[in-house]
Amino acid sequence: MSRFSRRSVLLGLAAPVAALLFAALVSAIILGTTGHAPLDAFQAMLASAKRPRTVVNSIDSATTYYFSAVAVAIGFRMNLFNIGVDGQYRLAAMLSAAFAGATFMDGVPAVLRVAATIVMAMCVGAMWAGVAALLKVARGVSEVISTIMLNAVATAVVSFLLNPHRLAVSVAGSNNIGTRPIGSGGQVPGFGYPGTSSRVFGLILLAALVGVLYSLVLTRTRFGFELKATGMSEPAAVAAGVSVKRMVASAMLLSGAVAGLVGMPQLLGSSYSYSLDFPTGLGFTGIAIALLGRNSPIGMAFAALLWGVLDQSANVLDITGVPKEIVAIMQGVIVLSVVVAYELVRRYRLRLEQRDVGRALGTTEAPPSTPTPVAAMV
Amino acid sequence: MRRPPEQADIAIALHGITKRFPGVVANSDVDLTIRRGTVHAIVGENGAGKSTLMKILYGMLKPDEGTITVDGRTATFGSPAAAIAAGIGMVHQHFMLADNLSVLENVVLGGEPRQRGGLDFRAARARIEQISATYGLQVEPDRLVEELGVGERQRVEICKVLYRGARILILDEPTAVLVPQEVDELFGNLRDLKAEGLTILFISHKLDEVLAVADEITVIRRGSTVASVTPHEVTAPQLAELMVGSALPVPELRESTVTDRPVLEVSDLAVTDPDGRHVLSAISFTIHAGEVLGIAGVEGNGQAELVDALMGVRPISSGTVALSGHDITRSSTRSRREAGMAYIPEDRHRQGLLLEASIWENRVLGHQTVAPSARGLLLNRRAARADTQRIVREYDVRTPGIDVVASALSGGNQQKLIVGREMTGRSVALIAAHPTRGVDVGAQAAIWEHMRAARRAGLAVLLVSADLEELIGMSDSLAVILRGRLVARFDPKTVKPEQLGSAMTGAGASAGAGGAV
Repeated sequence: MSRFSRRSVLLGLAAPVAALLFAALVSAIILGTTGHAPLDAFQAMLASAKRPRTVVNSIDSATTYYFSAVAVAIGFRMNLFNIGVDGQYRLAAMLSAAFAGATFMDGVPAVLRVAATIVMAMCVGAMWAGVAALLKVARGVSEVISTIMLNAVATAVVSFLLNPHRLAVSVAGSNNIGTRPIGSGGQVPGFGYPGTSSRVFGLILLAALVGVLYSLVLTRTRFGFELKATGMSEPAAVAAGVSVKRMVASAMLLSGAVAGLVGMPQLLGSSYSYSLDFPTGLGFTGIAIALLGRNSPIGMAFAALLWGVLDQSANVLDITGVPKEIVAIMQGVIVLSVVVAYELVRRYRLRLEQRDVGRALGTTEAPPSTPTPVAAMV
Repeated sequence: MRRPPEQADIAIALHGITKRFPGVVANSDVDLTIRRGTVHAIVGENGAGKSTLMKILYGMLKPDEGTITVDGRTATFGSPAAAIAAGIGMVHQHFMLADNLSVLENVVLGGEPRQRGGLDFRAARARIEQISATYGLQVEPDRLVEELGVGERQRVEICKVLYRGARILILDEPTAVLVPQEVDELFGNLRDLKAEGLTILFISHKLDEVLAVADEITVIRRGSTVASVTPHEVTAPQLAELMVGSALPVPELRESTVTDRPVLEVSDLAVTDPDGRHVLSAISFTIHAGEVLGIAGVEGNGQAELVDALMGVRPISSGTVALSGHDITRSSTRSRREAGMAYIPEDRHRQGLLLEASIWENRVLGHQTVAPSARGLLLNRRAARADTQRIVREYDVRTPGIDVVASALSGGNQQKLIVGREMTGRSVALIAAHPTRGVDVGAQAAIWEHMRAARRAGLAVLLVSADLEELIGMSDSLAVILRGRLVARFDPKTVKPEQLGSAMTGAGASAGAGGAV
């Protein structure tokens, strides 16, 4: 019974593929009943997705989404719901943009300047998540409630600071205001892609690094093991000597630090300033992607790419006369159905495994469907 | 022992009921005959199979073999709804009432009386009042459940069952949550119900109560019915002996290995729960290397709290705990484990295992900071896996491999895995809570053997168990815990189960003659 048997790979793919097909079906039905031709819409999206410009934009979106998904997944691993990635990255992006764009940074060597910006963003993200961690550890406040509220607080703080009297300057030739633009010495160059002037974010390498580190920490370290154990069964973790409070605090801080990275590709690779039109809502997209990717470093990469492709190829729909909100519906259906599908697959896999054990030990008897037969008996 | 009941008298007859779980036979060949209009008590130790039997009767579990006859007709219940339709009702140990609804609403919940699309509360109210009056339940339909005391809630539960038309009531440990006055009231209610021709199945392990209220008593031990008696024929000690029994492989220690080197020293330990109530007070004992101290007591008298306090899971309000001479009163669970405290928790599914993690990951659990599981901050997967293979081999854990999830193993094999993982070379003390609960006889014998080996190796062992036979056989000394205090000490070589039983229930002060603490 190897860990990467064909069966386990197939079972792992079954749920997301089924969810995707189901979502396509639901979208097709909605399009059909509202008088659009589903096939035409899908074809238009597919054609658009193949264009070099869309490819680059999809990859860029995916890079951003991936940071957000990893931030959420760190919490999910121990049943901690960091809904506050959104506020964490916006505050982090704003403050680190102001920091990186400040006049005293102009003379700093490029590598150091970029590194300092990224570290600054991670610290701000961790600090904002740390507020929720502190409330939970010291007062038992649900992190769901506190992080949602901290999102609103972050919005207010950002709009307070993003003011010409404080951290912002007017953007030349528009009504927009933003932080002082980061000079070329503080930017991260992108990679070219044949057939388009758009460039792939240089920080995609950082996203890959974060993915690798996430995977290593989870599977190879004591901390990762304790995180997983706490998520699977808190009483068992406590009995095993895990301090749940410490795990809550460290998971939340780590999650916040990664959340701080969400705005970095956009800031350092494209907009070079935090202005009023900086992308928002990426934290919530991360939740959807973490769910779809099952918190797995590779699964989330594919999920982020799928999301990016869907988002970017949706733009073409308006031209073909199909409301592009259909893509939002599709994404919603994917998330809802994948959660159900994963649970079904999980149960099926457990039953298969129990049957295998029974067969291997020569007892044909099937265990009862409830997972705790003995506890029910005593 | 008693006259055979007439056919027409019989409310329920169970014949040859057998129920197996993987690796465990919960009920084997149970025969039970319950006469109409009687209070029939089912007694047995925890894990003897009482609850499984009642779940079968109430349609929550399906028997593998055997027949159920209700009112002379053979019945098969696929669900509790089918059992209710046949006139069988169950009052669970933990009440199933909605606090924010009135008594009336709770009683009709799930069986709402409909009348032309609306709810007919008037008819329901009349029914409830009539039931209440007939059986002396004193239930007031319009009060909110949250305002009611425990005894009143229980009467609402009984009323609910009667409202559904039950003629046969199963009461699962109904007195566990009641204070003595409420117990008396309940018994009064039961007599009223009996007088109206209802049949009551009363499940308990409190022998004095059983003798007070039952007309007939059936004793279950290790999943089988071992005796049917009437209260006039037996005394509480005799009943205890029937419950505990002396058949089957006997747990026993051979030559004494007790040394004079104290390992686990507890003095004047007290623990309070979040409400400020004392759950443990003035607990003092010393366990020497190579000694097993058994803790006997009726469940819920502080055993779980004692184990939690020793493992550092629950804060201690006063007193000290020392391990090998070092004070560990304020130490974390992790540092206690690192200092060599091994732990077999009471509930292996909740506290002992990660059910959805692989076997080798469960080997790491609790030992994630020390070799061979860890190397610095990193997990040493290879060494952990190799050591898991060793445990599987040496402790005879029946599994096809170490990548199987823990929930796929039978209870006995799960427990052997836990025992194997805790018996590392570094262990100096073992806290074992109900180590053989819910495991099959083979695994039980194996676990006892491993505990003997641990004792030989010089571990100090604290054994908490509800199995008196196990306690007497496996302990070098015995202490009885009652309401959070150690109330008596016995020498297991000379103690009789009935003496222990009396001390556990606080029945006779003379029981402490073995040496009060």
